Amino acid sequence: MPAVEETVERVKEIDVDKYKYGFSTDIESVKAPKGLNEDIVRFISAKKEEPEWMLEWRLEAYKRWRTMTEPTWAKVHYPKIDFEDLYYYAAPKSTEGPKSLDEVDPELLRTYEKLGIPLKEQEVLAGVQGAPKVAVDAVFDSVSVVTTFRDELAKAGVIFCSISEAVKDHPDLVKKYLGSVVPVTDNFYATLNSAVFSDGSFVYVPEGVRCPMELSTYFRINAENTGQFERTLIIADKGSYVSYLEGCTAPMRDENQLHAAVVELVALEDAEIKYSTVQNWYPGDAEGKGGVYNFVTKRGDCRGDRSKISWTQVETGSAITWKYPSCILRGHGSRGEFYSIAISNGYQQVDSGTKMIHLGRDTSSRIISKGIAAGFSDNTYRGLVSAHRRATNARNFTCCDSLLIGNRCGAHTVPYIEAKNASATFEHEATTSKISDDQLFYCLSRGLSEEEAVALIVNGFVRDVLQQLPMEFMAETQKLIGISLEGSVG
Amino acid sequence: MLEIKNLHAKVDGREILNGLDLTLPAGEVHAIMGPNGSGKSTLSYVLAGNEDYEVTEGSITWNGEDLLDMEPDERAAAGVFLAFQYPMEIPGVATMTFLRSAVNAVRKARGEEEFSTPDFLRTVKEKAKQLQIDIEMLRRPLNVGFSGGEKKRNEILQMSLLEPGLCILDETDSGLDIDALRIVSDGVNALRSPERSMLVITHYQRLLNYIVPDRVHVLSQGRVARSGGPELALELEKSGYAEYGQDEASAA
Ligand SMILES: Nc1ncnc2c1ncn2[C@@H]1O[C@H](COP(=O)(O)OP(=O)(O)OP(=O)(O)O)[C@@H](O)[C@H]1O
Ligand SMILES: [Mg+2]
Repeated sequence: MPAVEETVERVKEIDVDKYKYGFSTDIESVKAPKGLNEDIVRFISAKKEEPEWMLEWRLEAYKRWRTMTEPTWAKVHYPKIDFEDLYYYAAPKSTEGPKSLDEVDPELLRTYEKLGIPLKEQEVLAGVQGAPKVAVDAVFDSVSVVTTFRDELAKAGVIFCSISEAVKDHPDLVKKYLGSVVPVTDNFYATLNSAVFSDGSFVYVPEGVRCPMELSTYFRINAENTGQFERTLIIADKGSYVSYLEGCTAPMRDENQLHAAVVELVALEDAEIKYSTVQNWYPGDAEGKGGVYNFVTKRGDCRGDRSKISWTQVETGSAITWKYPSCILRGHGSRGEFYSIAISNGYQQVDSGTKMIHLGRDTSSRIISKGIAAGFSDNTYRGLVSAHRRATNARNFTCCDSLLIGNRCGAHTVPYIEAKNASATFEHEATTSKISDDQLFYCLSRGLSEEEAVALIVNGFVRDVLQQLPMEFMAETQKLIGISLEGSVG
Repeated sequence: MLEIKNLHAKVDGREILNGLDLTLPAGEVHAIMGPNGSGKSTLSYVLAGNEDYEVTEGSITWNGEDLLDMEPDERAAAGVFLAFQYPMEIPGVATMTFLRSAVNAVRKARGEEEFSTPDFLRTVKEKAKQLQIDIEMLRRPLNVGFSGGEKKRNEILQMSLLEPGLCILDETDSGLDIDALRIVSDGVNALRSPERSMLVITHYQRLLNYIVPDRVHVLSQGRVARSGGPELALELEKSGYAEYGQDEASAA
């Protein structure tokens, strides 16, 4: 865990100029024409200098995608997306964007101020020209982290790089595992992602290795940036362990941005993967304008016996979230966990949950979901727990708690349970509560502002899940929760 | 100094306080007694700024400032503290965390520096010890599963941490065992000072043996029916509130 601190320290030390130059080559402006066709797929693949097999894989996916239609079963509403009106590959143009801090929307600046990200960082985040690019987000960006810790990780045999690099440098691993958890044909957005994915992380932890540090990737959707179609693949070989954290933010934009990522995890025998997400994509403004459509497919495969995959997510951002990090409990005695905090405010819509698919014997799973709805938002937990015929002694415990703030929001719990094996034990608990006026008044009478009071009460409500996050991120996340609920009362 | 003039307040459309007058000078402790439902807690909520209670007439000033113009948190910053008759539970929030947030919020609002972690811990430990509160209890979620007496003690702990100028104690003695009553009273007495005013709401003269008031007011049907010295409490103990039933006797 000190690795995260070290990352921060290292970045402080990074020579500003060197770093700036390194960055400027990256931001040479490149943009594919609007819309999607085979040429665009070829364009993306060429830009990334991919081998032929990768291009073929993408084209396969593209053809398949053309035959598919968008899913409509989630409890979310949005105007139909015109897939021909999107850019599928775009790099930032350094000549555009706000010129000085004064031109940046103050609301965004305030947000970052409150997040404790230094001003220079804010300038970079908001895309201001000429600001020194000492960016914290660059730290958590996969490439920088790799640079910082490549030696140390390599010593342990751990591969941590961008997926684009992995395609070139570790083709055997990529070929073997890419699409093995989330098949190319899995669903509309996963298929789309397979055709046009931009970047993301690749992790391979070899047999018996306990990854010596937390790995973290900090995703951003920048104004003209790429990264809307990330692809992440993590493989934990026999008896290995890795903890990985992704953070996401996006600047404010009036139009909605589509973000359709795919994350695949593979845990072999006795391996363990802990995957944490702090998702804070731009949620749209107070009237519900703009914001990210976060349509994500995340799935882990407990492929080996006694393997374990644990998902922890803190979802505070995005206009719409459609996301079900799931576990396939294939190995005997394997275990899946899902800990979730999903906060919706304003006009945000969240439809999130998990699937625990028990296939092996003596598999167990645990689901703790905390949904907080405020403003005019809608917050749905949707979960499936299923036991296959051969999944003897499958066990699941599910607890879904919802907290409502105000009278104009909604919380819904949609649990599906399928037990095809009589020995399965599935337990389900659910509660819905409201922050009472009396609780608020009590806090206020002690000098807390309304916002502080709500943040405090909500942080108490989500405590069980917060504790699952890597230590370093707890404090930051608590703050984030406070910020996301601003303006939720009164 | 607290000055309440001709206070009228409604809750859910029903008038509870009608024409209450009360003056509480700095440094004094006044007891408020009165039958169930006479409006004692209502008065305390109105003072603390609960929005459910609508003031329809009259005024409240605290050290010359219009209290009715302030939000509850602003009142807290201005030194108003209410020890609740029924303290709230907040699941998942460690009592210590709550105390610290409250103290620092108030300190910040008063332009004082926030406590550092060691300073805060030292202060809490010291004050908790005075009130014989086990520090382990403070690691538990706020008031969740606390006994009635523990909740009340926790209220007084908060009061001593926030160092308010106006302390309102709403039946702090109810639910306390005999030892706790003494401990809590000692805690309250320790806070008595020439700058601090206290309003002690109670049903029992017993508490007033420990916390000896300067004045006693009897509340009946939403106004002060009678005021007197500490001996008034003794009298009430004997005669009860019978005479305050329908009688709209004028205030002192
Ligand atoms: N929300 C409410 N709606 C209707 N009536 C209310 C409400 N809150 C208080 N009251 C009424 O106002 C009156 C005064 O209540 P209050 O709690 O102030 O009395 P009290 O003097 O503190 O009584 P006690 O000694 O029992 O604590 C009571 O008749 C009570 O029922
Ligand atoms: Mg009362």
